[in-house]
Amino acid sequence: MTNYLLRRSAFLLVSFLIAMVAIFVLLRLLPGDPSNALLSVTATPEQIAAAQAQVGADRPVLDQFLTWFAQLTRLDLGESFISSLPVWPEIAARLAVTVPLTLMAFALALAISLVAGFVAAIKADRWYGILISGISQLGVAVPVFWVGILLVSVFSVGLRWLPSSGFPRDDWADPADALRSLTLPVITVALVMSASLTRYVRSATLDVMGSDYLRSARAQGSRYTEALWRHGLRNGAVPIISILGIELATTFLGAVVVESVFGLPGLGSMLLKAIEQHDYPNIQGVLFVSTLVVLVIGFAADVAQRLVDPRLRVSISGNR
Amino acid sequence: MSAVLIAPADVAGARRNRSWTLLAGLVLVGAVLLVALLSLVWLPYAPADTTGTRLEAPGGTHWLGTDKLGRDLVTQLMIGARIALVVGLGSVAIGAILGITIGLTAAFAVSWLDDTISAALDVVIAFPVLLLAMLIVAAQGASLGSVIVAIGLAMSAVVARLTRVLTKRVLGEQFVTAARTSGTRWPGIVVRHILPNIWPTLSVNLALQFGVAVLAEASLSYLGLGAPPPNASWGRLLQEAQGTVITAPVGAIAPGVALIMLVIGVNFIADGLRDVADPARKGSR
Repeated sequence: MTNYLLRRSAFLLVSFLIAMVAIFVLLRLLPGDPSNALLSVTATPEQIAAAQAQVGADRPVLDQFLTWFAQLTRLDLGESFISSLPVWPEIAARLAVTVPLTLMAFALALAISLVAGFVAAIKADRWYGILISGISQLGVAVPVFWVGILLVSVFSVGLRWLPSSGFPRDDWADPADALRSLTLPVITVALVMSASLTRYVRSATLDVMGSDYLRSARAQGSRYTEALWRHGLRNGAVPIISILGIELATTFLGAVVVESVFGLPGLGSMLLKAIEQHDYPNIQGVLFVSTLVVLVIGFAADVAQRLVDPRLRVSISGNR
Repeated sequence: MSAVLIAPADVAGARRNRSWTLLAGLVLVGAVLLVALLSLVWLPYAPADTTGTRLEAPGGTHWLGTDKLGRDLVTQLMIGARIALVVGLGSVAIGAILGITIGLTAAFAVSWLDDTISAALDVVIAFPVLLLAMLIVAAQGASLGSVIVAIGLAMSAVVARLTRVLTKRVLGEQFVTAARTSGTRWPGIVVRHILPNIWPTLSVNLALQFGVAVLAEASLSYLGLGAPPPNASWGRLLQEAQGTVITAPVGAIAPGVALIMLVIGVNFIADGLRDVADPARKGSR
């Protein structure tokens, strides 16, 4: 396991470095010069040169990369081209919205799908088992922003129970207020996420129920629920953990859509704005943080899988 | 919006009649396809015709009413069907060609190259299609073409990983060894033995990817990063109708229903194809 942890950590580090280089190169492919964002259309050549010097676009690309990378190692993400504000405090403020949104939605979706998936599997021949399967089949085809629009129209515009968009200006100063703003977004994300998760939980449960080891346990006199608990849980958890890792990462990054629906000042809306403004430091900053989060989640999911199932510890990625 | 490798088999569905799934899928997708084809030769109104009353309720002159600019909703939906199908087909084609090529390369490559490609694919797959597409669209500017390329590129990583795994499995089969021994060259083996054997599983995945692509395009358009007007993407229709959801609910509901119809349709087709590809699975479990 120690050996595995070392190799997996090295993989994490290398993939992070590759991702950083890829992000930097991809951004340089953006049409236009980042200094354009600072200028009016009537800018003189001198003004253009000054703006380029200000954002560092007059230096060789390799030089720009090394400067940025040296800053990164000090956890300094630079300053926005547009507002000249440091990037890191802005990201931290945005994370205060996106992280609670992601985690609460994830927890809710997990709770829904573990129960729904399990019931859909063991009661596959009952009407409610079939109903759950049908709803989850429908759910994977529903775009998350549409669910958001419908929930807003019912619970905000219609019933006036919850705010339709926005987030308190003073962030979490009044936690109840902040939570009210996050309620509908959390439900929106959780509903959509639980549809696909339910399908996986149901499938994993069915696999366990049809397995030889469960039959053997029963043959040796173990009660059904006891056999499920002792043998099924661990086996069924392995595929679920890797799906959970992917879903958590997807939710974190996919928050951009739901933040857009509900006008939340999260990481996703920061990225969207930065892309529109060609604000490289902000784009790079958001991608730096989200890449780190995604890769660490992947790392955690892989390690968790191997803690649960020792058979997997031999190979590094588990799929070969 | 995660990139699903292979969705778990719908087992309750397997016990019911499976040809029903394929049929339902074909009917749903076929309906969208017919509407899209019809939009090429006939539309109730010109796409940019704003002569209707703003936010008119459904009725005789405008079957589903009009949007906030007075444009006919049926017309917009019909054009949206065309865009959804073009994006789906285009990005699946790009994703398939690129993904299969990369996957075959990795499967045939020496181990260090295989490891490198696999590691790179794992990193790319960790990011949702939507985020990758956002970045590529940002780099290329928002147009229908760049949306298709962006989704196709993002999708190719998933296809490549699946192709690699499937190809490795086939390469271990005895008929490949036999073909090699009898003098068939590698290109011949790829065309005659590997592609026909991996295609059934691959096509199921590509059908699912079609649905992922349609949803990703809708999200991009919703965010304002999709094809610019007058391309009436369903995602952009929803974005425009969001503010008037109470006064003109049909405008905010109809594009969503159309989107779900198409995505469920292709998912049904994928399920149906899976049973054709693997009949042994049909009655099992």
